[in-house]
Amino acid sequence: MTEERTGKAVAPASTVDNNVDRMLPQRTLWQRLVTANTFWTGLVLIGLYVVFSVLRPNAFPTLFNFQTLLIEASVLLVLAVGMTFVIITAGIDLSVGSVLVFSGVVAAMVMEGLHGGDATHAGWGTILLGFVLSLAAGAAWGLLNGVLVAVARVPPLIVTLGSFGAALGAAQLLTGGVDVRTVPTALRNTIGFGQTMQIPHLVVVAAVVTLFAAWLLHTTRFGRYTYAIGSNAEAARRAGIAVTRHLVMVYGFVGLLAGLAGFMNLAYFGTTTISGHATDNLNAIAATVLGGTSLFGGVGSVLGTVIGVFIPAVLQKGFVILGVQPFWQPIAVSIVLVAAVWFDQTRRRARERGR
Amino acid sequence: MGALLEARNVVKHYGSVEALRGASFEVRAGEVVALIGDNGAGKSTLVKCLSGVEQPDSGEILLDGRRVRLDSPTRARALGIETVYQDLAVAPDLDPAANLFLGRELRRRGLFGWLGMVDKAEMRRRAAEQFQRLGVRVQSLDVPIGSLSGGQRQGVAVTRAVVWANRVVFMDEPTAALGVVQRERVLEVIRRVRDSGIAVVLISHNMPEVQAVADRVEVLRLGRRVARFRAADVTLEELVGAMTGALHQEDAA
Repeated sequence: MTEERTGKAVAPASTVDNNVDRMLPQRTLWQRLVTANTFWTGLVLIGLYVVFSVLRPNAFPTLFNFQTLLIEASVLLVLAVGMTFVIITAGIDLSVGSVLVFSGVVAAMVMEGLHGGDATHAGWGTILLGFVLSLAAGAAWGLLNGVLVAVARVPPLIVTLGSFGAALGAAQLLTGGVDVRTVPTALRNTIGFGQTMQIPHLVVVAAVVTLFAAWLLHTTRFGRYTYAIGSNAEAARRAGIAVTRHLVMVYGFVGLLAGLAGFMNLAYFGTTTISGHATDNLNAIAATVLGGTSLFGGVGSVLGTVIGVFIPAVLQKGFVILGVQPFWQPIAVSIVLVAAVWFDQTRRRARERGR
Repeated sequence: MGALLEARNVVKHYGSVEALRGASFEVRAGEVVALIGDNGAGKSTLVKCLSGVEQPDSGEILLDGRRVRLDSPTRARALGIETVYQDLAVAPDLDPAANLFLGRELRRRGLFGWLGMVDKAEMRRRAAEQFQRLGVRVQSLDVPIGSLSGGQRQGVAVTRAVVWANRVVFMDEPTAALGVVQRERVLEVIRRVRDSGIAVVLISHNMPEVQAVADRVEVLRLGRRVARFRAADVTLEELVGAMTGALHQEDAA
């Protein structure tokens, strides 16, 4: 064997490995910032806040306004954080709003049933049971979505369009279409309206969920696989990643968060708000995409989604305070949304051409 | 030295199509074997059988002289057999280090690792080390590899296979989409891998390339091995003759 090789001179190592030092240093924080979409959308958010604050210095930049802004965004934030995971896998979940309603209904009906039709004075044991049931109901829908998407290979758009209708229908069947209106006062006063040092508890719940999700997505193997599957599912499969199982878990996670959002919604409104969540899915998707998560999968961040939730929220508040017709808000958000996706498309096409 | 990985009389049908009709093949540690043949000769099917993607209908596969069942790519990888696919199978949105460790992420120590946290810094460091060892140039370690050139992406895919293989690497047309300089670089990597004692199986249509890098050549035709050559002795005419059936050196056993 050695004679066969003698003719082929192997290049000395020094000619090829002179650039490892150049590879090792990471780009500086600033370089990474300015190339990140999140940085620019973050600037847009801050810019909007500053503009409204300048225009209405007495009404907009107040503590009360800030608190309301955060509280009103809390439920949507929890949905959008879950949506971020699904969209990074190149999937979609249209069912989150209906699953939210279904979970809230299950929790509210059981709590009410345990107290003879009026749960207003129910204690913490009942509330805890309602909480667990809400999470379980959400997770169950999510797992069903996941199995249909990953195992049965039905496109996620269709699967979750199905559960969008079915979960709402099931909630209406359970209640006869009438909202459950008795929710434990203890729950409403603590999670719903409670505050500690001016920080609303509902916001704390949403913040904890968001921080946990950011940790999960950006530092763990679970997060890494979520990106890999969205980037190239076949490559992930060949690399030995259990793609089917992972997708089921991701959809299950989103369902779980929708269940949590359902319970938060119950605590805040004190009723199941069955007819109030028809566009939650679209709002969550818009927030996620606005935050730089790509509908094609493989790209996205939790921080981006947080920004994406607050841009429409700030616009809404600002328009109300300025006295602009609030109907302008969806128009403004839509323009930004389409522009964001256009930008993403252009970037991807440029990269494809670069091959 | 005996064969490291060997196929004996492997038969594989796809429906009524007989892709392999008793194909044999062998590769020893520390050599580059080129597996050549015309389109439809069964090269890809044979590689799939040897890398665990497909299971043969009959025949046997031996690793280190012992019969093995390669019932999945994961099983093959556990035995030290890696494959560089023609379509690369990389995740374009992840950086080179993440791709190198895809499915084999290093965890952090202690509680953080137990919680599933990955050790990005360590993976990055080791990735840089491996790229250097193999002479693979990557312009940056923290950009998505989709934004790298075709040659650099190829380099990452090849490095990933090589780093984890401790026995055999299959490379399916690893230079097909590359320019002259990049092609030479991949061939250089192949030589380095061979010199580290790993068996390399190169599937290629490019005869000058085969002659430049391979130690031996095995030729498939119509699902059987029809000829074996030492690359140093063989002429282009002989290779083409064996592929087209003009020259017949051996019958399947």
